[in-house]
Amino acid sequence: MSVDATTVRRIAHLARIAVSEDEVAPLQGELNAILAFVEQLGSVDVTGIEPMTSVAPMAMKKRTDTVTEGGHASDIVFNAPETEDNYFLVPKVVE
Amino acid sequence: MTTLNELTLADARDGLKAKDFSAGELTKAHLAAMEKARGLNAYVLETPERALTMANVADTKIAAGEARPLEGIPLGIKDLFCTHGVATTAGSKILEGFQPHYESAVTHNLWRDGAVMLGKLNLDEFAMGSSNETSAYGDTVSPWRRNGSDTKLVPGGSSGGSAAAVAAHLCLGATATDTGGSIRQPAAFTGTVGIKPTYGRCSRWGTVAYASSLDQAGPIARTVRDCAILLGSMAGADSRDTTCADLPVPDFEAAVTRGVKGLTIGIPKEYRVDGMSAEIQALWDRGAEMLKDAGATVREISLPHTPYALPAYYIVAPAEASSNLARYDGVRYGLRVPGKDIAGMYENTRAAGFGREVKRRIMIGTYVLSAGYYDAYYVRAQKIRTLIKRDFEEAYASGIDAILTPATPSAAFGLGEKGSGDPVEMYLQDVFTITVNMAGLPGLSVPAGLDAQGLPLGLQLIGRPFDEETLFAAAQVIETAAGRTKLPAAWWA
Repeated sequence: MSVDATTVRRIAHLARIAVSEDEVAPLQGELNAILAFVEQLGSVDVTGIEPMTSVAPMAMKKRTDTVTEGGHASDIVFNAPETEDNYFLVPKVVE
Repeated sequence: MTTLNELTLADARDGLKAKDFSAGELTKAHLAAMEKARGLNAYVLETPERALTMANVADTKIAAGEARPLEGIPLGIKDLFCTHGVATTAGSKILEGFQPHYESAVTHNLWRDGAVMLGKLNLDEFAMGSSNETSAYGDTVSPWRRNGSDTKLVPGGSSGGSAAAVAAHLCLGATATDTGGSIRQPAAFTGTVGIKPTYGRCSRWGTVAYASSLDQAGPIARTVRDCAILLGSMAGADSRDTTCADLPVPDFEAAVTRGVKGLTIGIPKEYRVDGMSAEIQALWDRGAEMLKDAGATVREISLPHTPYALPAYYIVAPAEASSNLARYDGVRYGLRVPGKDIAGMYENTRAAGFGREVKRRIMIGTYVLSAGYYDAYYVRAQKIRTLIKRDFEEAYASGIDAILTPATPSAAFGLGEKGSGDPVEMYLQDVFTITVNMAGLPGLSVPAGLDAQGLPLGLQLIGRPFDEETLFAAAQVIETAAGRTKLPAAWWA
């Protein structure tokens, strides 16, 4: 499979990466080189094989549903580009 | 005379204990060497004040007879580990100025054991690369040069800063991470030792994520013993990482001198790839001889799905990266570039903040996870991953204790030499190391000789899950037989 210029723009939008017109062609070439490389996986017989979900045979750790941490609001927003009263600020989403 | 920064970590530890020198003196020797080596661009941030404060505490502890396992040992930290109050960039512009208010589990463990932080080490952006050339903070230059040449060589990647700093005596050891070969390939390129432990041996908590099912932290150091000492402190259970194993940490240092008598070492025939250089083949044969001479049995084995590991990786890793890197949206940390609405803000922020290789991988990941392609790409790749792991399980079930392979297809190459037109050319660097991440196994790279141009070459040892001890034992046999690599004169100072 290979991607065309329209698909490159669609993927870029899905990935939330702005792509200028002159970036589309080089990206298309690079993505197609990678897709051509992974094409060989089509020749492997995977009938009846389970997809890997965990690389190590271990049970998911569980813990009791209790509050273990909290009260770090100012730490959490410390690195945010824009904040107000320990809230993250974003451009207006709802009119 | 050996200056303090040229000691091995083990010798420095013993010297501190014997009060031959102080932690302050040891740290100052490193800070001086770092200052002279800025041309290598191994450190993206030096933290001399913090280092001297930590060394001071270490000297107090040593004086009081309360020395901890790594008391006063100066280390470099790959800039992928979050360090409290110290900028952490992941080699990316998108995290410029990010100051974590928490400490990664791995670095926390090192400071708990008394180690001293010298600074943060350069890396490929978000650990995506095999040459340290994708870093937003410039290339790291290897301290190695070809005989009679002043061509600048890459230190490998993504842990290029870690490997270069260790090789150039700018720290006694360094933290690193490995998602497809990012510890072992740079270690091989720089004549250093690096181990990617079993998936789950080290906590991933507080380490910037690339591909969560493959990422694992480990050390790079100048000797096998030094690596064992460091891993002993870095590893350990952590309830904050649900994939971190609840297992006690073995005495890795004790395993170093165990030897290989009675062990069976597998030589996988599929690693004899087309076009393998005669030098690499000869190195591999010599490595097998060294283990045989030390009492191991060497047997050819088959790992039939090896050729599919690299292409399967370039589906699984980008898919996980596209999810993990969705968090860089200009809202919570790092760069923000305004746009006409919130989606425009996301798109402009990510366009300006991410480099080319990172964008490529996010886009491949987005594509293979998108509607209509998920089964054909992602599910198929995860099935192939099951087959790759099964190959190893069958080899181990047949009585193999560890597997010996080359670490890299070649010695270090020059800056700008690879991957500028076709990204796959660079990806092929990891052809021998990537299977290990896909199967979650431990893998170690140990220097085993020099090529005709005087550059180091490494061999890789692959072990059973959670059996890093056998790797340390076998690697020590190779290190002893091959002799430790000697760095060329410090042309950079």
